[in-house]
Amino acid sequence: MRLLTTRSNSRRLAGTLPLSLLFILALLSSLSWASAIEPYEFANEVQETRFQALSRELRCTVCQNQSLADSDAPLAQDLRRELYEMIRDGRADMEIRQFMVDRYGEFVLYRPPIASHTLLLWAGPFIMLLIGIAVGLVTIKRRRKAL
Amino acid sequence: MIRMLVPLAIFVGLVIMLVAGLDTAEERKLVASPLIDKPVPTFSLPGLFEPDVVRRDADFLGQPWILNVWGSWCWACRVEHPFVERLGREAGIPLVGFNWKDERSDALEWIDRYGDAWTTHVVDFEGRSAIDLGVYGAPETFLIDHLGTIRYKHIGPIDQTIFDDLMRRIMALRSEAEAS
Repeated sequence: MRLLTTRSNSRRLAGTLPLSLLFILALLSSLSWASAIEPYEFANEVQETRFQALSRELRCTVCQNQSLADSDAPLAQDLRRELYEMIRDGRADMEIRQFMVDRYGEFVLYRPPIASHTLLLWAGPFIMLLIGIAVGLVTIKRRRKAL
Repeated sequence: MIRMLVPLAIFVGLVIMLVAGLDTAEERKLVASPLIDKPVPTFSLPGLFEPDVVRRDADFLGQPWILNVWGSWCWACRVEHPFVERLGREAGIPLVGFNWKDERSDALEWIDRYGDAWTTHVVDFEGRSAIDLGVYGAPETFLIDHLGTIRYKHIGPIDQTIFDDLMRRIMALRSEAEAS
């Protein structure tokens, strides 16, 4: 469905945008919508949404910069099947994440847990922001003095 | 003057860090197994030559053993094959070939062509036990001690250096088993 909408959008934009930009857009859209989801049948929509969400936040360990949702690797297919079965059997999200971590380590989580060893990872951007603000303030103050 | 050098110093620092990063790029791709020092996950898998014979993890208790994940589709398995053969001859412990996501006919043909390096075979065509083992690519080589604990895992093909390292570890596991 999504693919169809982007295609018709592209056609409408074709007249107004330079070809190169269109090309880049086409590339981007094919990247973001390409997903290798098998036609699994779920008992309800909640299960399906959970499947989609979990397969997007779990990393495919063979094709390291893709999520399970993105990858067509055989292992990713196996892991999606495992994921599907666990959701069907009523296992909780936490349980499923733990299942993956127990086997592949925390590396499989695109959203690593907040713990002592990931503190720098989570706090890092905010620390950088604070440093930036501090440097900015000092510079402004100095310039004011110089005037 | 010193102030002008600050950006240069930052730039040089960045370059050094990036170059150092290149060196470890291959290493960082490896996913350290959380299963080290944990019991080998239970499995019961059919054999390759005898599909009716089921082998379990418990069958190998009492001595160290090697589990080598391979598949006929895996080119790196062909690269490491001479060293796997040497492991089979020189390690003196069971070397279990774990045929992963393969087809029986392809696996048998592969062995016909390149030789049977393993002392025992199990097959996991569906890849369920492989997930329990945290396998994410072939070849992978696990060293398991006499109590059934995974002690070491090597990801990727075995070369001379890795073969020597594996043999050292295997000898240590053997003397551990003999001492107990």
